[in-house]
Amino acid sequence: MADQNHVRVQAEEFDPSAELRGFGRGRKNVGAVVSFTGIVRDDDGSLDRMEIEHYPGMTQKAVAAIVDEAITRWELGQCLVIHRYGPMRPGDQIMMVATAAKHRVAAFEAAEYLMDYLKSRAPFWKKEFTKAGKTAWVDAKVNDEDALKRWAR
Amino acid sequence: MVDVMYFAWVRERIGEPREQVETSASTVADLVEELRAREPRYAEAFKDLSALRVALDQELSDFDAPLKGVREVAFFPPMTGG
Repeated sequence: MADQNHVRVQAEEFDPSAELRGFGRGRKNVGAVVSFTGIVRDDDGSLDRMEIEHYPGMTQKAVAAIVDEAITRWELGQCLVIHRYGPMRPGDQIMMVATAAKHRVAAFEAAEYLMDYLKSRAPFWKKEFTKAGKTAWVDAKVNDEDALKRWAR
Repeated sequence: MVDVMYFAWVRERIGEPREQVETSASTVADLVEELRAREPRYAEAFKDLSALRVALDQELSDFDAPLKGVREVAFFPPMTGG
């Protein structure tokens, strides 16, 4: 089951390299570690910052349920999700996932599964603030929802 | 009495993050109808249910779900995590 070590929802920045140090080590059946880090993107230089709102009572549980499913389905030796909320600047890290599995296909697939589900099923909402003073909630994309279908079984 | 919570642009349109609602609605959709009838800001926020999601006691649910025994209802747009 996912415990506090597997899921962290926090405002603070994190250091992916520190998180990965020793990740998957000392566990049987771990031959592959995959990690993904998402950062705040600014396509045309107009973004001042992004703010992520979340649903405190639900977030930890929803993410833990996604992690538990990934651990079971790909028999992960270890799994980590860190997701931030609050204000972030372009280039800042938003979130990371890491998976440790027996083989690389499982580690890659589990990481993609986590990303697909975190995007559409974890209660986070992104709002962009431009340097010109405009604000806009980021819309969910149709293909975000479609991405979940490939995991159906 | 249920706690009703709003997030993201739903919260902004309604103007508050949470409120206690006295209701005898039997489903989420019935509760939405009651809220819509209150004031234009609610009617505006709940104009298009296909643009909204609902969680009951912090679990994603559906608009036709029963409200019996539910203590916390949350309305929000499709999530944009990751």
